[in-house]
Amino acid sequence: MNNLTTAAIAGIILCFSAIPTAAETPEEKGRWIAEQTDRRDLGWGDSEVHLTMTLRNREGQSSIRKLSIASLEVDEPKLGDRSLTLFDEPRDIEGTAFLSHTRILDPDDQWLYLPALKRVKRISSQNKSGPFVGSEFAYEDLVSQEVERYTYKYLRDEPCGDRTCFVSERFPVYEHSGYTRQVTWVDHTDFQPRKVEYYDRKGDLLKVLELVEYRQYLGKYWRAHRLEMVNHQTGKSTTLAFSDYSFKLGLNDGDFRKSRLERLR
Amino acid sequence: MSQGTGWLDRHVTGYAEWLIRWRWAVVAVSLVIALAAAAGGQFLGFSTNYRVFFSPQNPQLQAFESLQRIYVREDNISIVIRPHQGNVFQPGLLRDVRALTEDAWKVPYATRVDSLTNFQNSTAEGDDLAVRDLVPADSPLDAADLVRIREAALAEPLIRDRLIAPDARTLSVNITVTLPLKSETEVPESMAYARRLVDGFRQAHPEVRVALTGSVALNHAFSESAEHDIATLVPLMYGVLLLVMGVLLRSIAGTVATLLVIGLSAASAMGLAGWLGILLTPPSVTAPTIILTLAIADSIHILITMLQNMRRGADKRTALVESLRINFEPVFLTSLTTFIGFLSLNFSDAPPFRDLGNITAIGVAAAWIYSIGFLPALMAILPVRVKQRPIGYAGAMDRLADFVVGRRRAVLAVMVAVVAVLVALVPRIELNDQFVNYFDRSIPFRQDTDFAMEHLSGIYQAQWSLPAPGPGGISDPDYLARVEDFADWLRAHDIVVHVQTITDIFSRLNKNMHGDDPAWYRLPQERDLAAQYLLLFEMSLPYGLDLNNQINVDKSATRIVATLENITTNELRSLDDAAAVWLSENLPSAAGTTASGPFVMFAYIAKRNIEGMLTGTFAAFVLISLTLMAALRSVRLGLISLVPNLVPAFMAFGVWSVLVGQIGLASSVVTATSLGIIVDATVHFLSKYQRARRTSGASAEQAVRYAFSTVGTALWVTTAVLIAGFAVLSLSTFEINASLGQLTALTLFMGIVADFLLLPTLLLLLAGRGGRDSESTLPTVQQAAE
Repeated sequence: MNNLTTAAIAGIILCFSAIPTAAETPEEKGRWIAEQTDRRDLGWGDSEVHLTMTLRNREGQSSIRKLSIASLEVDEPKLGDRSLTLFDEPRDIEGTAFLSHTRILDPDDQWLYLPALKRVKRISSQNKSGPFVGSEFAYEDLVSQEVERYTYKYLRDEPCGDRTCFVSERFPVYEHSGYTRQVTWVDHTDFQPRKVEYYDRKGDLLKVLELVEYRQYLGKYWRAHRLEMVNHQTGKSTTLAFSDYSFKLGLNDGDFRKSRLERLR
Repeated sequence: MSQGTGWLDRHVTGYAEWLIRWRWAVVAVSLVIALAAAAGGQFLGFSTNYRVFFSPQNPQLQAFESLQRIYVREDNISIVIRPHQGNVFQPGLLRDVRALTEDAWKVPYATRVDSLTNFQNSTAEGDDLAVRDLVPADSPLDAADLVRIREAALAEPLIRDRLIAPDARTLSVNITVTLPLKSETEVPESMAYARRLVDGFRQAHPEVRVALTGSVALNHAFSESAEHDIATLVPLMYGVLLLVMGVLLRSIAGTVATLLVIGLSAASAMGLAGWLGILLTPPSVTAPTIILTLAIADSIHILITMLQNMRRGADKRTALVESLRINFEPVFLTSLTTFIGFLSLNFSDAPPFRDLGNITAIGVAAAWIYSIGFLPALMAILPVRVKQRPIGYAGAMDRLADFVVGRRRAVLAVMVAVVAVLVALVPRIELNDQFVNYFDRSIPFRQDTDFAMEHLSGIYQAQWSLPAPGPGGISDPDYLARVEDFADWLRAHDIVVHVQTITDIFSRLNKNMHGDDPAWYRLPQERDLAAQYLLLFEMSLPYGLDLNNQINVDKSATRIVATLENITTNELRSLDDAAAVWLSENLPSAAGTTASGPFVMFAYIAKRNIEGMLTGTFAAFVLISLTLMAALRSVRLGLISLVPNLVPAFMAFGVWSVLVGQIGLASSVVTATSLGIIVDATVHFLSKYQRARRTSGASAEQAVRYAFSTVGTALWVTTAVLIAGFAVLSLSTFEINASLGQLTALTLFMGIVADFLLLPTLLLLLAGRGGRDSESTLPTVQQAAE
C-alpha cells in the first residue's frame, strides 16, 4: 500500500510538474503556456502544404484562392521562420510568389515576384496588419507565432470542445500591429491553439479565429487543417483549408532566397 | 331628425344621467386607465438612425443594404478643419491632425480612418514599391517636407477635393463607422467620442474652425432635433391652447377639465406608443402637439354648449345632459373621420409617418373617450359658475350668408376660377429632399455641414457598384478603361466634386512601377499585370486601410463614389438617370446599374411616399365620404361634400407652389391628415343645412342662412384654433414638420373658405336646379333643438 501511495503521489507530482505552481504570476503562467506550445513545435525542419482560402461577405458571395506554401524552420534568436507562398488561383495571379523572412520584433523582409512583370519587388513591410490577399486574415495572423512577439497574461481554465483550455491574453510587442490584444484558448493536452479572439485599437472585439481538424505529423507536430476567421465588425469571413502536408523535404536556405523567386515557374 | 337619431338621443340621455350618477367612479377609472397607458412612456426612446425613414420594402434601401453587404456597411463622421487664416500646411497643425487621425481610430465602432496624414502614399523606391503614410510619425515637417506633402496631396485625385480642398485651406479627417445597428446608443456613443476629440482639437487650435458632419452626425441630428422639438413645441402648444380656452370658455372649471382631457389624451397616446415599442423620430414627436390641437375640439364643443345652456338659465346637470345629447353624434363623427385620416398614414412608405398616424389616431380615439366620459363626469363634480347673459355674435355670419346667397353665381364663378388657377399651379412644385436642409440652422449638424460643403465637399454622395465580366474581372483592361471613362464622365459634371475610383489606384501603381514617371500614369494594359499590381499594393496596406470597401470579394465589381455639390434631389435624379443611360451604352457588364446611397434614398423618398399615400388618401377619402353619407343619410349631400373636402388640399398646394416652390416628404401626408380634419366643418355645416330642410321644410336659401347662423361662428373659431395649433409646428427645428404644419394650416384655411363660399353656392345652385332635396320627404320626428 505504502509503495502504491508513493507511486501515486510521484505520478501526480510528475503529471503536474509541467503545470506551474500557484506562486507564479498570471504573466509568468501565460508565457509558460506559450513556451510549451513553442517547444512542442521545435524541429519540424521544413514543410510544404496546399491551401484553399474561401472568402465570404455578408451578402453570401464567396471567392476562392489557391496557393501552396513552403516553410523553413529557423532556429536563431530574433529571427522567425521563412516561407515561400506560390499563388495558383485565380488565374490572373498564377505564378505570383511571395517570399518572407520573418523577424520576431523588427519588420520582416518580404518580396513579391510578379510574373506579368517578370520582376521581384520588395514590399515595405511595416504594414503587416493589413489583410492578406483580401481575406480576413492579416499577414500578422499567419506568420509563425514566436514566443517573444507578445507579452502574456493567463486568465483562467475553460472547457473547449471535449478538452480543457488555458485562456490567456497576449499583447503584441512588435510595432505596427493592428491589435491591442488577443485572447487565446490553448488546450491542456497538446498545447495547441483552438481559438483566438482579436481586439482592435479601441479594445473592441474584431475577429474570432477557430482552429479545427488537428492532425499530428511525424508523431509529434500538430497542424490544424481548417481555420475559420469571422470578422464580427463587418460580418465577413475567411476559411483556410490546408491539405497534403509534407515534412522533411530537404529544403534549405537556398530555396528561400530572393534569387530563387524568379526561377520558380 | 330621423327615427335613428331619436333612438340615439334617448340612449345618450340615459348614458349622460348614468355618467353623472357615477361621476366619481368614472373620473377615478379614467385616471387609472390613463396612468396605465401613460406608464408605457418609460419605454419611449429616440431613434438614432436615418434608415428609419425607409421601410424594409423600400427598393432604394434594399439596393443600398445589398451594396453594403457586398462591400462594407459604413456610416461616417467627418471632421472638417479650416484655419481662419492661411493654409493647412503648418507644422503644428499637421502634427495635431496626425494625432487626431490616430485618436480617431478609437471612436466607438470606427473601422477606418482616412486623412491627409495617413493616406497610403505609394512611391517608387529604386526598383521597389514603397507604401507609407503621407505624413509619417517621423516626418520632420520642415519647409522641404511640407512642400513634399503639399505637392503630393494636391496632385492626388484620390484625396484632392475629398480630404483636402484644392486651395489647401481646408482638410478633413474621415472616420468610417460600422454600426452594429443593435442598439440606439451606438450613434450617441460615437458622436460623444468624436465631439470630445473635436473639443480637444479646438482648445489646442483656437485659430481653426472645426466642423463635425457625416452620416453619423446626421443620425444624431435626427434625435437631437426630435428631443429639442418635444421640449419646446409641446409647452408652447399648451400655452396657445390655454389662451384659446381662456377666450372661448371663460370658465376656470372648463379650462381645467379641458387641459386634463387633452393632457390625458396625449399622455395616453404617447404611453401606448411606448407599450407598442414605437421609437420616436422627428415626425412622430409632433404627435402630442397634433393630439393636443385635435383633442381640444371635442371638449370645446361639449363645454360651449353646456356653458351656453347654463348662461340661458339651465342648471348644470340639465345643461350637461343636453350638451351630451346634442354633441354626442357630431363629436363621434368628427373623431371618426380624423381617426380614419390619420390611420391612412399607414400607407406611407416611411415608418415615422406610420408611427405619427397611429399615435395620433390613438390620441384622437383617447380624446373622444375622455371627452364623453371623463370630461362630463369631472364637470359634474367641479363647481361651475356662469353669468346669465344672452349670446349673439352671429351678426357677421348673417352678413356673410346674405352675401353668399345674394351673389351666389358670382361667388361660385370666382371660387371656381381661383380653384382652377391654384390647381394649375400644383404641378410646378418641385419635390426636393436635401436632408441637410431638414434641419434649421439652430441644429449644429446643419451649420457644420453647410460649412463643410462650402469649403471642401459635402455629405451628399452617390455610389455605383459596377459589375465586371466575371470573377477577377476588375483587372480586365477593357473594363478598367470603361470605368475610368465613367469616372471622367461624372467629373465633367459641375455638380460632381470628387470621384473615388479604383482606376486611379491602378494608374498610380503603374506610374510607381515605372520609376514614378508621370508618363506612365495610366491604366495597365494587361489583365495579369493589373491583378498582380493590385496584389502587391494590397499586401502593402496597413490595418483598416485595405481596398475591401472598393472591391468585392471575388473581384468582380468595384464601387465608384461621387461626392456632390449641394444639389437638389431633382438634380440627383437627373444625374442618376443620365448615368444609367451612359452605363447601358458604354459599360455592358454594368448595364442597369443605378446610383445608391443615403442621398439617393432620400431623392426618391417623397415620390415613393406620395405613391403609397395616393392609395392611402383615396382609401381615407372613400371611407370618410361613406361615413358622411351615412351620417347625413343622403348620398346626394355626401357627393356634394366631396368638393369642399377635396378642393382645399389642391388649393393649399397651389398657394405653396407660388410661395415656396419646393416640397419634400411632408407633402405626401398632408392631404390625408388634413382631410380628416377639414371634413369636420363640412359635417357641421351640412348637418345643420339638412336639419333645416328636413325638419322645417326650409328652402335651400333658408337652410344655408340657418347653417351660417347656427354653426358659422363655431366653425371659424374651431378652424382658427386648429390653424393656430398647426402653426406651432412651423416652429419645429425639423423642416418636414414645419412644412407639414404650414401646409396643414393652409389647407385648413382653404377648407373653411371652401365651406363658407363654395359649399353653400353649390347647395343653392344644385338645389335650385333639382328642386327640393329628394330625400326630404322622410318623416320628421322632432324639432331640432337649436
